[in-house]
Amino acid sequence: MAAGATRLLIGTRKGAWIYRGDAARRSWTVEGPIHLGQIIDHLVVDPRDGATLLMAARTGHLGPTIFRSADGGKTWAEAKRPPAFPKADGEAARAVDHTFWLEPGHAGERGVWWAGASPPGLFVSEDGGDTWESVAGFNDHPMYSQWAPAGAGTPDGPLLNQIAIDPRDAAHMYLATSTGGVFESRDRAASWAPLNKGVEASFLPDPYPEFGQDAHFIAIHPANPDRIYQQNHCGIYRLDRPGETWERIGKAMPAEIGDIGFTIVPHPRDDATAWVFPMDGTTVWPRTSPGGKPAVYRTRDAGASWERQDAGFPREQGWFTVKRQAFCADGHDPLGLYLGTTGGELWMSDDEGGAWRSIATHLPEIYSVVAAPPS
Amino acid sequence: MIAVSIPTQLQSYCAGASRVEAAGSTVDGVLRDLDRRFPGIRFRVVDEQGRIRRHMRIFVGREAAGGVDARLRDGDEVLIFGALSGG
Repeated sequence: MAAGATRLLIGTRKGAWIYRGDAARRSWTVEGPIHLGQIIDHLVVDPRDGATLLMAARTGHLGPTIFRSADGGKTWAEAKRPPAFPKADGEAARAVDHTFWLEPGHAGERGVWWAGASPPGLFVSEDGGDTWESVAGFNDHPMYSQWAPAGAGTPDGPLLNQIAIDPRDAAHMYLATSTGGVFESRDRAASWAPLNKGVEASFLPDPYPEFGQDAHFIAIHPANPDRIYQQNHCGIYRLDRPGETWERIGKAMPAEIGDIGFTIVPHPRDDATAWVFPMDGTTVWPRTSPGGKPAVYRTRDAGASWERQDAGFPREQGWFTVKRQAFCADGHDPLGLYLGTTGGELWMSDDEGGAWRSIATHLPEIYSVVAAPPS
Repeated sequence: MIAVSIPTQLQSYCAGASRVEAAGSTVDGVLRDLDRRFPGIRFRVVDEQGRIRRHMRIFVGREAAGGVDARLRDGDEVLIFGALSGG
């Protein structure tokens, strides 16, 4: 795809915004706020029609819901039945606190969407996100209480934070959780098994357990779906299927930077290239740019080595935190990269990380950034 | 009928109304009646297990409703509030 217009879907702690860039990706116009004051964990376009948007929303007071737009964000309607666990007895009966991740279904399954929630829960919609069902294969799995132990999890609650689908096979799926690591299904979510061999959990007595890791982000490589990159709580990893043991490619990062972060972005046309946004994981784990000097790091050899890319970022006193849904690529050539900070700044590079510039400041805390073609 | 006070957080469901009337012999009955007319409103106040959400408060007159099973008499007033939830 030649360089061209891009739409950025921004979810923040206080509402959503849509930025529209021109063909040169130099001039940006803004639409919003949309649902001002609502906590927007994820705002995603349906790549199968390019127009439908789904938004995971909640507020400090109100329960979680899904808003849908069929016209690219001009008008919104609430889902008839948002993700919810089945009715159960007892004080501990699960209730969705918030939907964290929205995943359009396989390209061949129009109308299908998947959602990940806190507490860890998997939900599916077969009608474009209007009504949602609990997926028993994960939510009622006999191992659920061990894969998603109560009380474990992030400051924002334990998460089923991501769903990834093999583009070659709608039945082949991966989940990332903050409580159990990565899980794999080969039968369209009917059954699941842990996939964490080789991944460290430095916060557990057994540092290499079968499950219990905190998988911040996984990326199936679009051009080579047998290659999966992972930014874990405890480092950067790569898995080449049918292998089952992850390799810690973050060991090649500079020691003074480390390999802690929230997300990893693969180059859509080159399975050896990926970017990370390292954050400080020393002492009390500040999770800010090491030394106050923001940078992305790029590998072009599948993690054997990494190079620093920081042109345009603050040279000092830049304490960026970039959350797991807030770093993405646009698919153009040269590839555009976009990241949003918890300080409400939106940054981009239109040359594959070579130079960075700010395109928005003073937004609320940014939770998610999704790049999409214009509607 | 029951008079229901709607907090600002939920008035978008009720065309901006701050007070509406509803039918029901319990708080849950009132919320279900509201949900029929204002789809989606109940789930934002009560979770899927029937518990009032942590940062929502429901009163019957001046008494806090202990749960959605609280009984109502014709002419009661139900007040729904968004409580403190941080910035």
